[in-house]
Amino acid sequence: MHMADALISPAVGGAFWAATAATIAYCSARVRRELDDHKVPLMGVIGAFIFAAQMINFTIPATGSSGHIGGGLLLAILLGPYAALLTIASVLIVQALFFADGGLLALGCNVFNLGVFPAFIAYPLVYKNLIGRQPKQSRMVLATILAAVVGLQLGSLGVVTQTAVSGIAALPFTTFLALMQPIHLAIGVVEGVVTALVISFIYRARPEIMAAALQHKPVGQLPIRSLVATFLVATLLIGGGFSWLASERPDGLEWSIAKLTGSEELPESFSQAHVVAASLQEKAAVLKDYALPSAAIAGADSAPARAERLSTSLSGLVGGGATLILCFLIGVVLKKRKR
Amino acid sequence: MLAIDGTLLDFKQLDLLAMRQTAIHRLDPRAKIITTLSFIVCVVSFNRYEISAMIPFLLYPAVLLTVGELPFGYILRKIIIVIPFALVVGIFNPVFDREVLMQIGSLDVWGGWLSCLSILLRALLTASAAILLVAVTGFPAICEALEQMGMPQVFAVQLLFLYRYIFVLTDEGVRTARARELRTFGKRGLGLRQFGSLVGNLLLRTWERAERIYMAMLARGFAGQVHTRQRGHFGRNEVMFVAGWISLFVLLRCYNVPQLFGRLLTGTLP
Amino acid sequence: MSHHIVEVKNLCHVYPDDTVALREVSFLIHHGESVAIIGANGAGKSTLLLHLNGYLTATSGDIRIGDAMLAKATLPEIRRTVGMVFQDPDDQLFMPTVFDDVAFGPMNLGLAAEEVEIRVADALERVDASALRDKPPYHLSGGEKKRVAIATVLSMLPEILVLDEPTNGLDPHARRQLIALLQAFHHTRIVTSHDLDMVLELCERTIVLHDGRVMADGPTLKIFQDDELLKTCRLEKPFAMQGCPICSPDKKPLPSQSPLVPPHSSKPHDHDHKH
Repeated sequence: MHMADALISPAVGGAFWAATAATIAYCSARVRRELDDHKVPLMGVIGAFIFAAQMINFTIPATGSSGHIGGGLLLAILLGPYAALLTIASVLIVQALFFADGGLLALGCNVFNLGVFPAFIAYPLVYKNLIGRQPKQSRMVLATILAAVVGLQLGSLGVVTQTAVSGIAALPFTTFLALMQPIHLAIGVVEGVVTALVISFIYRARPEIMAAALQHKPVGQLPIRSLVATFLVATLLIGGGFSWLASERPDGLEWSIAKLTGSEELPESFSQAHVVAASLQEKAAVLKDYALPSAAIAGADSAPARAERLSTSLSGLVGGGATLILCFLIGVVLKKRKR
Repeated sequence: MLAIDGTLLDFKQLDLLAMRQTAIHRLDPRAKIITTLSFIVCVVSFNRYEISAMIPFLLYPAVLLTVGELPFGYILRKIIIVIPFALVVGIFNPVFDREVLMQIGSLDVWGGWLSCLSILLRALLTASAAILLVAVTGFPAICEALEQMGMPQVFAVQLLFLYRYIFVLTDEGVRTARARELRTFGKRGLGLRQFGSLVGNLLLRTWERAERIYMAMLARGFAGQVHTRQRGHFGRNEVMFVAGWISLFVLLRCYNVPQLFGRLLTGTLP
Repeated sequence: MSHHIVEVKNLCHVYPDDTVALREVSFLIHHGESVAIIGANGAGKSTLLLHLNGYLTATSGDIRIGDAMLAKATLPEIRRTVGMVFQDPDDQLFMPTVFDDVAFGPMNLGLAAEEVEIRVADALERVDASALRDKPPYHLSGGEKKRVAIATVLSMLPEILVLDEPTNGLDPHARRQLIALLQAFHHTRIVTSHDLDMVLELCERTIVLHDGRVMADGPTLKIFQDDELLKTCRLEKPFAMQGCPICSPDKKPLPSQSPLVPPHSSKPHDHDHKH
């Protein structure tokens, strides 16, 4: 499943964006260095193929429901990890833009969950290790299914973790995990079987494609492992740093403004405005900044606090409604002026 | 079958919308990308129960829709389709978060309901920002802008290829799926084995097409570098667009305008 | 301004899977000639074309384009000289807009922006597609795609045009337009096609390939009159040379007279065309 903008916090989104940007830069450099010009059109066209293939459904045996291929592992097997990651990332970008599938801020998370895991963990560590040099049909099928399962389990774990860390959804980590992992186990098996079928078809029809694919530079165990480890550590560091800062300064945006202006303190004029804002907010806001519900509830039993809460929620409702109408009116006026 | 053809139509429709010539369409794509990202970051940075403060953010999509002369119904339908995906997770909020945070009359409102509604609003805002960005910019222009902003060229070029051949290959996919559909009765023939060879065939044809494209590139002197035109100019209009919107977003992010507005209306402003 | 000749001498090609595609193919094409290469499916036409700009390397034999022998060192120059138009324009139009596509070749030649601009404008003008300049290729019709594909090679100012199945998949009007366009060119033209009527109109000379061999090489009209040759090569006379199916007395029955359709239901056909 795709991570969505609506469920993500800026800290998590930003951290994974950074990690993904670095991964894409690294993979682009690798593809460039391999000087394999013919991969340039191939990657793009195969990416488009993934879209086409996702339009074709199949019936999942014994369930009667239908599914479609995800394609991450298939790309890794055909193109090798670096080109595959770039292709998966571009498929996700098109989905995010045209179908708002996932979203732009969540793009980093999605490339990580659906790209890095299959291309840099499932493919080199599971598929390549299992398949050996002279692959037999049964072994190939087994390796593909296992790799798909591992990739999807990790991806699903990623979604759950990112959702939990973001803290927008209230679903507890363990409950969400217990829901997601079994579903993705099933999806993983199906994805593995389908990938294996497509791969064996290609193997029969054009063995030289698969032979070339098998020869992808022995993605040396060490560099890949250290690469993945580096990214994980970097992500944890950036993410951890971000959330620590965010909790120190409840408002992530204020923090980033401070960061942009290069000073720890907010600029004079801004902070003055902020003081006014804060005093207003003190009185007005039901929930101040990132205050947790428990904190808001703690002092809520006293009568005046309760009364104030009611008045603020009323003003919130009225104001919200009025703003909505205002937005609508602005739209109408702009439209009228056009004519 | 309709769904498949629909996807293809979607690409074409958004592409056609992006070819309009309005003030917003004419802006340098970079300006629109920066503004869209700032918009999304501001929206998602609200705390999980925030609703009223997010409402003024609807202004941005509303302005893009009208100034960009985009069909309201079509864009809305596209956005509504994605909302359930966010809601699948958000719907659990009222189950797990039952703190009473608000009262309307004698009705207790749980925090879970507020945060669920908040997720809905986030989904609406972020999805509209993404779709509107394409509708007023166009995908190729976005790729070129991203390249100007530092995205590696290999990646930019293959994004362009991907987009170009989506039109060709989805067409091929649709034809293949239709051919299969016409010869399947009930669920027979839609199984995994048929799927394997069908998609395998499509993949082979794709592979061969990639080889032919590479030939066509070589025939016209391709030597590893794709020269894309650098168009667009980040001028005064762009600076004003970006600066104007971002300061508005920051303002709306720092002050809960509807709340203040409401206090003014209900007379509780201190 | 050498006389750009295309000389192919004893060309053989064997694919990696041991399929022999070309056997000792030799011919000589002079400057300004318009030559058709025809043959059944699998006769070796495409393989031959792909040798002409060095995409495939000959197993044995030589190719000379103008003064240059085809070799790795001369490849860039030969690819500029030989403009190759592929069968499926979707393979050839891969850039975001028509302009970018037509500019792709000139930009790879390292020309300055103004020069590129002029070349693109000229090339689009030649194929009557100036209005399509900023359109993306997937919004073009089949005929438009084909003409733009030709413009993408014209912008490199080639001396020789190689066209693979140029009329394939075009409607009658677009086909007519394309034939007129190709007739107006003064380039040396090498065309493969199954559209033998087009060959008859466009090419004064025809080379017949069969099973990787040159079976005949001569004036188009003479080749199409050789029934025996056409039959062995799995070809057929162009329709224009087959005589009218309605007036010729010894012809096969018309579809409307076939037993599947009751004779009464068929209207008397309007037979008003002239010979």
